[in-house]
Amino acid sequence: MNTARYILGFAALVCLVCAVLVSGSAVALRSLQEQNAERERRRNVLFAAGLAEPGEDLSEAAMTERFSGVRAVVVDLSTGAELPEVDPASVHPLVEAGIPDSSRPVEENPARVRRVEKRSVVYLVEAADELDAVVLPVRGQGLWSVLHGFLALEADLDTVRGLTFYEHKETPGLGGEVDNPAWKALWPGRRVFRSGSREPVIEVARAAAGPPGEDPHRVDGLSGATMTSRGVTNLLRFWLAENGFGPLLERLGEGRARTGG
Amino acid sequence: MAEARARRVLMDPLIHNNPIALQVLGICSALAVTTGMQTSVVMSAAVVAVTALSNLSVSLLRNRIPTSIRIIVQLTIIASLVIVTDQILKAYVYEISRQLSVFVGLIITNCIIMGRAEAFAMQNPPLRSLLDGIGNGLGYAALLLVTGAVREILGAGEFWGIPVLPLASEGGWFTPNGLMSLSPGAFFVIGFLIWILRTFRPEQNEAD
Repeated sequence: MNTARYILGFAALVCLVCAVLVSGSAVALRSLQEQNAERERRRNVLFAAGLAEPGEDLSEAAMTERFSGVRAVVVDLSTGAELPEVDPASVHPLVEAGIPDSSRPVEENPARVRRVEKRSVVYLVEAADELDAVVLPVRGQGLWSVLHGFLALEADLDTVRGLTFYEHKETPGLGGEVDNPAWKALWPGRRVFRSGSREPVIEVARAAAGPPGEDPHRVDGLSGATMTSRGVTNLLRFWLAENGFGPLLERLGEGRARTGG
Repeated sequence: MAEARARRVLMDPLIHNNPIALQVLGICSALAVTTGMQTSVVMSAAVVAVTALSNLSVSLLRNRIPTSIRIIVQLTIIASLVIVTDQILKAYVYEISRQLSVFVGLIITNCIIMGRAEAFAMQNPPLRSLLDGIGNGLGYAALLLVTGAVREILGAGEFWGIPVLPLASEGGWFTPNGLMSLSPGAFFVIGFLIWILRTFRPEQNEAD
């Protein structure tokens, strides 16, 4: 029974059975997993916007209710213009970023974003018809993986309201601490732009940073996770600049100036 | 007679021959996932399922597996079972599977599972192998659950997410021990558990 033919045949059969088992379970469970991932994404929009506490377990109804003051908006990234005729639910920015027709290449950047989608979905938090906060999807390379998250800015479009990451594969306990509520709590109140300009200067420091009032542009580094910390700096700066949401922020800022907001 | 033997196969690994406490296997994941009860329970269930099914399938195939490729065949079976388990967790207990992160995938490298497949399931009939797999999984689970309970109570003042010790920060008297919620805390807890076990069962001590 130990002829080469038997051994090869046995190995092939084991591989075949295992492959069917693995792919079968992946296909059968995909829709449930995608629902979970979508829920997690929506939860994170609320966390970033300060509409839910980290770790808070939200029912579907509670989530819909908290989304009542939040408007999902499709925007053209290069002009920052709103595309009111497009249904936000029909736009999948991450998918579109991978298709040549619906994305554009960007020059090499430290966040290692290679293609940017032409249109994206942002979330405007509104109170009494005035902008209260804007939640922007951000992504960029950490150490092992691309970090996907949301950055929420206050109505001044400069002060951070919150930052969360809903998907990454960084080392648990080191880079994985981007999920740590204590670290995320250091973000609110920081300022992303150099004062009086549109240049993003927000930075994850190499060591400890001061409180937001004294040290507005820096946040404590994650110990043991230099690459992930740098990744966070790079991705925030990328998405706040002209290739990311720069044009949108500029347009929203003009709107505010005009209405005297 | 046969029944007594089956019982021993199942119960032995719980205390008498515990894979973590006596053989000191599977420590890595035991350190990482025991910050609380919920993660410990889910991880335990995943490991029990994988050890049981891998022992069963290896035992069913034991007379057909060519000896020259037996290790890689065992590994293929174990890896497939782990991937399926991970998929199921991601679909049904998403929040906990996020906390367990890579450690479910790392069950593949847990020495307990491959150790039982090679040392037991290759020589024993399917039913007994299944029991051995469940027993060893439960042995791992027992230590994981005790460690998880101790760490959650001392590290957060909670059990299964429900507050049991009034926290000093909320007007009570208990100050949580931060070390317990970090991985090194598990070294202390597991060390103490092994000490206690070997005090009552001196035959488990290694010869000098």
